[in-house]
Amino acid sequence: MSKVPNMPKSWREETKPHKFCPGCGHGLILKALGEAIDELGIQDRVVFGCDIGCSLLSWDFFNVDAVQTHHGRTTPVMTGIKRARPDRICIAYMGDGGGYAIGSGHLVNAAARNEKLTVILANNCNYGMTGGQMAPTSLPHMKTETTPYGRDPEVTGYPTQGPEMVAAITRESAYVARGTVANVRQLKNYIKKALQNQIDGTGFSFVEALSGCPTNWSTNAKDTWAFIEKGMTEYFKVGEIKDPAKKEA
Amino acid sequence: MAKTVKLALAGEGGQGVQSVAGIIVEAAYNEGMEALYIPNFGVEQRGGVSVAYCQISDEQIGSPKFVYADLVIALSDRAVRRTQQYVNKNTVFIYDSSIEGVEKDLPANAKKVLAIPALDTAKKELHPRVFNVIIMGAAIAVTKIIEVEAAKKALEKKLGYKFEQDPKLRELNFKALERGAELVKDLV
Amino acid sequence: MTEKPIQGEKRVFMTGNEVVAWAALAADVDIMYGYPITPQNEVMHYWTRLSPKYGRGFLQTEDEISAGFTTCGGVLSGKRAFTATAGPGNMLMQESMTMAEMMRIPTVLVVQQRGGPSTATVIYSQQEVTMTCFGGNGEGLRIVYSTSTHQELFDYTIKSFNTAWKYRFPTFVLGDGYQAKMRESLYIYDPAAKGIVMEKTVPYLGQEGTPGVDREPQHLRNTYNTEEELNEQVNNLVAEYEKIAPEVIEYQTFNTDDADIVIIAHGVVTRAAQAAVKELRKQGVKAGHFRPVTLRPIAAKELKAVAGKAKKIIIAESAQGQLEKLVKDAIYGIATPLENYFRPGQGITSEELVDLVKKGM
Repeated sequence: MSKVPNMPKSWREETKPHKFCPGCGHGLILKALGEAIDELGIQDRVVFGCDIGCSLLSWDFFNVDAVQTHHGRTTPVMTGIKRARPDRICIAYMGDGGGYAIGSGHLVNAAARNEKLTVILANNCNYGMTGGQMAPTSLPHMKTETTPYGRDPEVTGYPTQGPEMVAAITRESAYVARGTVANVRQLKNYIKKALQNQIDGTGFSFVEALSGCPTNWSTNAKDTWAFIEKGMTEYFKVGEIKDPAKKEA
Repeated sequence: MAKTVKLALAGEGGQGVQSVAGIIVEAAYNEGMEALYIPNFGVEQRGGVSVAYCQISDEQIGSPKFVYADLVIALSDRAVRRTQQYVNKNTVFIYDSSIEGVEKDLPANAKKVLAIPALDTAKKELHPRVFNVIIMGAAIAVTKIIEVEAAKKALEKKLGYKFEQDPKLRELNFKALERGAELVKDLV
Repeated sequence: MTEKPIQGEKRVFMTGNEVVAWAALAADVDIMYGYPITPQNEVMHYWTRLSPKYGRGFLQTEDEISAGFTTCGGVLSGKRAFTATAGPGNMLMQESMTMAEMMRIPTVLVVQQRGGPSTATVIYSQQEVTMTCFGGNGEGLRIVYSTSTHQELFDYTIKSFNTAWKYRFPTFVLGDGYQAKMRESLYIYDPAAKGIVMEKTVPYLGQEGTPGVDREPQHLRNTYNTEEELNEQVNNLVAEYEKIAPEVIEYQTFNTDDADIVIIAHGVVTRAAQAAVKELRKQGVKAGHFRPVTLRPIAAKELKAVAGKAKKIIIAESAQGQLEKLVKDAIYGIATPLENYFRPGQGITSEELVDLVKKGM
């Protein structure tokens, strides 16, 4: 029996409390994912892969088989598993650097091939593990370690709109959504629908989760939430972008 | 045949030197010999000189590359220039007599240099399409790697499905093989 | 059950790339992942034509990084999986091969060496020796077979799957463009007909039962937190590698017992060296040839013994001293004079070697 209240059944109690910084969004995303796994009853079939970056700290997070891969390479590792073992539910978990920068080629091509795979990507506008450098998702004028005077879009471009990009290159059978840790219930539903899309063998599924990084943002609790709910949410629109279930209904 | 016979066939893309080389080594293999065939496959194969390197022997063949060939057949001016490097005093060098402007490029150190009217024969007596089969006939006649009958069998194997549709094609190919041998009879 | 791809044994005449595809089929390989690069392409061409008939899989990936990592994924899921590449592609696959080293993932990678550095030629070289043996950030904990004939290409491709799964180190078949593209004869066979038993494969991930309920979950990682933790992990890997090395090492000698001059060569160049020794012996020259079959681990003890007895050593390779580095490392302390015959990116013939030996006499 779980001694910790509200802990998803698929979480591994022995590895809790988890290793993320106080106030980090990863715990909330993984809670939503854990509940989604529980509610779908797929704990025995899930294979979980995590990237390098803070997402790697989830390698022993669940009572599911898991592999921690290389930076950006979680998508191909999980693709390889899914192709060889289509009966498994494969989840690739990564950050914005892993998904939109170093691993963007893999993400784009896995989506284009409509791999029966679920990618969950935490967007916190920076490289957390390496100390807060500019990420593809850093907001315009945002100060990071490599944009100490603020991100100048003229020099470094505008933030990557990941789900919009994935939606643009996938067919109707893909599920694409952007959730936020500010609404965990909604995020869990998106993740559930994404996993269901894989379970049904329909197609690729992708959920970006807006997440907080108070350590590198140097924000207190109030400012962290404000940044997610205002700054990020204004730029990155929360909602479902592609839903095969709706199309068919 | 005691030693390894080394053969370099060179021509322009589309002249069919690679397919002829393929049929020759396949025929030798079918006769129980060891054969090794390596096409040049550099980037230059697109629009460059195409060279086929073949070795046929009674025993296991050494390195896939060779320094000097026993027989070089060059089917274009560029091929003549390109294949000089494979010629030494034991090499028979054959080129098509229709190639112009290569008099100065012909190897001076070859055992024998011979121009044969293969292209002309194909055009006038047979069909331009069997030009490479004439070359094949010449090659096997000079090297004596295989009997004409074995070459015919190999052609049958490769082109049998076409021969079935048009038996005249078989006749044409076999004729080409024999004409090729005749063109080099002075050497044999 | 589908029919076996090869019944018994038969003599065939084909290109090396075709040989690799047939060997993988015969070895019960479940899936190939690949990305186009010359001179390896026909491995994929033949595999994609043959494999569907026997219910095997294929995925063409977006690049070699992905081909390497999807291969790791396939193997982690418990399947016999492989990929093939060359040159710049081999470079991109080094990243995934380090993961395979660290996590003991029994991947198989067939390398058909082409010229380097950079794009260079699509033809031939032996310039991928260092990279295939030691590529990546780490200690080169791999097994590398350097083949020289189509027969070996077939034999060692089958063997590499068993070596990989038995010892759980990434295993490489190091061929080259000549071997890839040339045609020669060989015997292909059903491994069972030769008494070869394929090592059982086991899923690292995705076994039956609910983790945490019926069994412990598999949590695999390649990241370590402290110097001590990593050092211990690498020490363990190295100890395991050194323990199995004597079982894995393969080499051949030709007339080395009384040889004054020993030619050391690997891969396709061994053919020239073998022929050269034969010719030199005919001429009364006491020449011999040592050929490492496994380049990693290398038969250091045996090589040292042969080198120590010789009056002169010649290292012949189609690279600028990549084999030489392995040899020097193996024979350290021996005073026998060493001569090099380096032809980076170029084939080497027996005639050249005969001339070289005689010139030096």
